[in-house]
Amino acid sequence: MSKFRKSDDREVPGISSGSLSDIVFMLLFFFMVTTQMRETENKVMVKLPEATEVVKLERKDLASYINIGPPTRTYQAQYGTDARIQLNDSFKTTTDIRDFIAAERDAMSEGDRSFMQVVIKADQDVRMGIITDVKQELRRCSALKIMYQARKAE
Amino acid sequence: MGKKKTPAINSSSTADIAFLLLCYFLMTTTMGSQTGLSRRLPPMPEKDQKVEDTKVNRRNIIIVRINSADRLMAGGEPIDVTFLKEKVKEFLSNPYDDPNLPEKEIKEIEGFGACPVSKGVISLQNDRGTSYSAYIAVQNELVKAINELRDEFSTRTYGKKFLQLPEDKQEIVKKAVPQNISEAEPKEVGKK
Repeated sequence: MSKFRKSDDREVPGISSGSLSDIVFMLLFFFMVTTQMRETENKVMVKLPEATEVVKLERKDLASYINIGPPTRTYQAQYGTDARIQLNDSFKTTTDIRDFIAAERDAMSEGDRSFMQVVIKADQDVRMGIITDVKQELRRCSALKIMYQARKAE
Repeated sequence: MGKKKTPAINSSSTADIAFLLLCYFLMTTTMGSQTGLSRRLPPMPEKDQKVEDTKVNRRNIIIVRINSADRLMAGGEPIDVTFLKEKVKEFLSNPYDDPNLPEKEIKEIEGFGACPVSKGVISLQNDRGTSYSAYIAVQNELVKAINELRDEFSTRTYGKKFLQLPEDKQEIVKKAVPQNISEAEPKEVGKK
């Protein structure tokens, strides 16, 4: 009767999967903290231009987005391939920007209104004509703080 | 022997629930990495206001033009985008007090004292046909020039890079090296 006798009927113990959920929860919290809700569905294709001197958008809750680019595949049959402006969830024209800015302003609290920033999210291949129109319209509604969204180039 | 053990609750399915939640968040959210070039647009001029009063001295302005073929013109001569930064830096710093380059004005800066501040303004003009990527590339070069000037100024006075300075010092540097980029009224530049 040796002490170290192997018992032949020993089975491999099952791996406890109780901590698996903890790992997944950790991943979940990571993603919850680092990401933010996507508010609108993209209807235009935007490939951002690259820049090296970019700065981070400070307050995301104060930003309104104007997307400019060619419509995605599903909308090309309806709207063509020319660059269009997307505000919220639909295609708009420059004349609608005024209402859009007014609505965004109303949604903000009184104190935050002067810090409102308009983020121009435009495709790198669009022509400046449409962007100039947008800029002029923004000046007319005195939404003067703007940001040209760009990717950080390495 | 009357005590009965409560059976352990099988916890292996909590992982599945957490995975479901994880997938939901992966689908509905975006990574928070929004970066870009910040700008301030000039306010719209009033209807009865004259345009003349905004005119600045000839030497204080450099006109950067991009035409519809994305060609660049700075200060009256065609230039490649890679040389733009040096040109703008020379224009804004004016190291030898050249009478053709912008004049400097001694300004009192709060917390720093008197400091010569360049009165130079970069006027950026573009055509309706200019591509957005070329426009951003030029904007980027202009910002780079100003950032480098700010870095130089802050290393000279504080011995540190601009971004490593505390916020109040950054404000001083910002006042000493202002970012005067004017996005001019739309014009037809070099239309063919």
